[in-house]
Amino acid sequence: MNPDLFFQYVVAGITYGTIYAVVAIGFNIIYNATGIINFAQGEFVMLGGMTAVTLSRFLPLPVAILGAVAVTTVIGAVIDILFIRWLRGPSVLRMIIITIGVSILVREAALHVWGESVRALPYFTGTSVTSIKMGNVYISPQVLWVVGVSAVAVVALSAFFNYTMLGRQMRACAANRDAARLCGISAKNMVTLSFMLSAGIGAIGGAVVCPITYVQYDSGTPLAIKGFTVAILGGIGNSAAAVGAGMILGILESFSIWVLPAAYKEVISISLLLLILFIRPSGIFGSAEEARLKEF
Amino acid sequence: MRGRYLPVAAFAGLIVAIQMATHFTGSGYHLTQLTMSAYYSLLAIGLCLLVGYAGQISLGHAGFFAIGGYITALLTTHDLSSRAGGASRWLAKAGILSFRIDLYGGELLTVHPWVACLVAVLATVGIAYAVGGPVLKLKGHYLAMATLGFGVIIYRIVLGTEFLGAADGISEVPPFAILPGLEVSGKAALRVPNYYLAWGLVIAGMVLLLNLIHSREGRALSSIHGAEDAAEAMGIPTARYKLSAFALSAAFAGLAGVLLTHYNGGIGPSEASVMKSVRYVAIVAIGGMANLWGTLLMSLLLNYLSLRGYFGTYDDAVFGAILILIMLFAPGGLLRRDLLEEVRDVFRGNGEKAS
Amino acid sequence: MRRKRGFICAIVALALLVGAGVQAADPIKVGAILSVTGPASFLGAPEAKTLEMLVEEQNKKGGVLGRKIELIVKDSGASPEKAFSFAKQLMEEDKVFAIIGPSTSGETMKIKGVAEVGKTILLSCAAAEVIVNPVAKYVFKTPQKDSDAVVKIFQQMKTMKISKIGVLSSNTGFGKAGEEQIMKLAPEHGITVLASEVYDKAASDLTAEVTKVKAAGVEAILNWSIEPAQAIVIKNARQIGFKGPIFQSHGFGNIKYVEAAGEAAEGVLFPAGRLLVADVLPNSNPQKALLVKYKKDYESRYKEEASTFGGHAYDAFLILVKAIEKAGKVDMDAVRATIEQLTGVVGTGGVFNFSTTDHNGLNIDAFEMLTVRKGKFVPLAN
Repeated sequence: MNPDLFFQYVVAGITYGTIYAVVAIGFNIIYNATGIINFAQGEFVMLGGMTAVTLSRFLPLPVAILGAVAVTTVIGAVIDILFIRWLRGPSVLRMIIITIGVSILVREAALHVWGESVRALPYFTGTSVTSIKMGNVYISPQVLWVVGVSAVAVVALSAFFNYTMLGRQMRACAANRDAARLCGISAKNMVTLSFMLSAGIGAIGGAVVCPITYVQYDSGTPLAIKGFTVAILGGIGNSAAAVGAGMILGILESFSIWVLPAAYKEVISISLLLLILFIRPSGIFGSAEEARLKEF
Repeated sequence: MRGRYLPVAAFAGLIVAIQMATHFTGSGYHLTQLTMSAYYSLLAIGLCLLVGYAGQISLGHAGFFAIGGYITALLTTHDLSSRAGGASRWLAKAGILSFRIDLYGGELLTVHPWVACLVAVLATVGIAYAVGGPVLKLKGHYLAMATLGFGVIIYRIVLGTEFLGAADGISEVPPFAILPGLEVSGKAALRVPNYYLAWGLVIAGMVLLLNLIHSREGRALSSIHGAEDAAEAMGIPTARYKLSAFALSAAFAGLAGVLLTHYNGGIGPSEASVMKSVRYVAIVAIGGMANLWGTLLMSLLLNYLSLRGYFGTYDDAVFGAILILIMLFAPGGLLRRDLLEEVRDVFRGNGEKAS
Repeated sequence: MRRKRGFICAIVALALLVGAGVQAADPIKVGAILSVTGPASFLGAPEAKTLEMLVEEQNKKGGVLGRKIELIVKDSGASPEKAFSFAKQLMEEDKVFAIIGPSTSGETMKIKGVAEVGKTILLSCAAAEVIVNPVAKYVFKTPQKDSDAVVKIFQQMKTMKISKIGVLSSNTGFGKAGEEQIMKLAPEHGITVLASEVYDKAASDLTAEVTKVKAAGVEAILNWSIEPAQAIVIKNARQIGFKGPIFQSHGFGNIKYVEAAGEAAEGVLFPAGRLLVADVLPNSNPQKALLVKYKKDYESRYKEEASTFGGHAYDAFLILVKAIEKAGKVDMDAVRATIEQLTGVVGTGGVFNFSTTDHNGLNIDAFEMLTVRKGKFVPLAN
């Protein structure tokens, strides 16, 4: 393998990895606030992309994307209020099944609203053939957009959690729900907020990657599975680690086709998921002691 | 003891009554979908043992169904006649291989369905033991994801593998002659015997499972569901019991896969899809989780309606909606006497007793 | 508990009664098993819409031989087990005269035997050659042959002096069937396949795959798929600086894929039926009138571009109607035999000439090499 090819694979891996990391961060936000894994996370990404495409017909692109994020955020809140908020201490099994059900319903609703056809946003910069050439390695400007927007989102999120009152309240809830409640924090509101945040992040991701990956009513589920893998690989609940884990998985996948038929590419990531679950469920960046304290 | 078999007899009566009803109204064609739902029900009751009684969720049971189905399909369609050496002639004499004529008059030498069935079920159980060991050490979300991951891997393998027919799956699977004159096949003339064969198997499976859950092992499983650590402390070898339940439910799934593949004359990757696994869990959930009879009746009804296309383009949506509604309002399932009270409780705002 | 069981009995009994309901003998029943939803919905949805439109139109004209046509559409979601169940249901219960569909090869192969044994005409909208080879008496298909598409592409490559190619195909029945034909036919046309990769139909980025193919030193890429992911291949290939020509299969025949690929789709070469370029066909072309009408009707009714996929269902219905009219009676065996004698039937996919050994009826002339210019399909020859 010559160095050009090597770096081209690395670029491809970073593209996949960033997309996965965005989904994984969405998982982490809800997980931190509620201790549940939202199996409908991929659907937020799909909704973000779909709504952005629809709105971009009447609105300029940046406004359409903002609108899509707003709409998806509201949907996130509605999902929490309808299906999660009023349950008291539901079992993990029940929550898993409910979020799976939500994911199916959202997907089927999208099928009946938007039809089966594939949609895409235009490239933010240049066109689908534009690429930046570095040596003999080609990078699409949209990849830079995806990486850039994701980086901004991660930084903004961590600033939100560390420096704002609301963010600290959410962290307090995640750390110890009862103690937080005693301090006058509404745990229920924090959960709703976490659904909104995570839907919003998913929608941003969905809109930014949409020119590259396209979007269809059923494009959420495969992304969700990759997102889980990355979230667990990084240690669930840890968003910075999710970015690293996303890169690892993405690069692994892009190199995997060098040795394996591409038809088995998906098997790689899932096998990795199983391996991590069996050997080190706390994730490669997580601490095993900390994981033992979590409640499952 | 007698109380346990009374419902079995009643159910057998229902099965006979349905057949009679279709016979006298001249609508025997309903039996095709009813037979297919019998095989799905076989999987569902096995899964009910695992999810409902042992409390271990599996989002990958379609994978076991597909393993069984694909192995039998591969063995009974892979033509060996070009390699008809001494060994294969000997195997043919021993009944392991058999000759048959295909749709276009060519002669094929393939593995006999009985042997294929045996291999398929044993392989399914073997894989369940191998996978179950590490997977069942996990709990909660991790368990759900690991089983989901297992299901996805099986789906990807059948979809990506050339000799398993990739996206087309395997077609022209021969009928499975269980006894002389009784074969598992979708031929219209054999509709009634196939119907009784399928439901007979389901009833046998029910008897097995009912006995199991009322035995020492069954109570041990329930105790694992209730509080695994406490069960362990009481000296119950929880890991072993969980693994056995997992393997048994996989065996049910594998056998269902084998028989339905022979009945349909083929299998495709859709049988291994995640959505299928989710549907099976939905059926167990609506049946009431730890409720074999509820699961069986719901499986009969829902599979039948789905296979007849009553849900139209809303097929998956119906199952999604069922999952949510049941889990929100009746986590104990639909077929219970105290359901109404609980619904009332939910609206009064203290519904959480049930979970 | 017992009361509940009684309730279930009642439901089952009710369902049986509904199913066994009225069966008027008058209309000709035509079943359709199509993937209206699910992974192959991009095929099944336009097929179902086309059939609905045609049946309505035909019935407005007074039906066939004075009898109306009743269409029963079943959505299989591309699951073979459902296709099997629906085929049995349509044949045994609804006693349909013919079945149109299924949309995918995998499903069609599962019910090929069922239709043959049950002696019901099956007009498949799926492409794989195994559907009609070996020939089953009752099984026909309307899409053009994969092998003809491959040969058409290879001929074009020869005129462009291309001999080293890389193949990318999707992991679906369509991709698989095409890849097999490419591998089989390449040697006899002097084409060397230097790299062949299969990609996931739900892939989100395929840079790694095209990088591998490009690195093999190919002169052209042949990308065989019917799913949206094929547009990603084109785009990624151009992004990594692949300058050679990109060939696509007839599965590219949906303008949405061109829109999705944007600039990258410019200059893509692919064989297709003439539906996509109906407007610019010379008036002398026998298909022109029919194609323009179908396109106009479909697009004004459903507000979306017509694709060649819907055309497969169009042809299936057309052949059935022609055969019934020619046979002069609604008799299964007579109509089946008549289909085998149909020649010169102008459809959307080409001019059909059936025989007892050819249950597809189309040859390589059904294809035209098309290319994309300024986001539109145009014949390469122009």
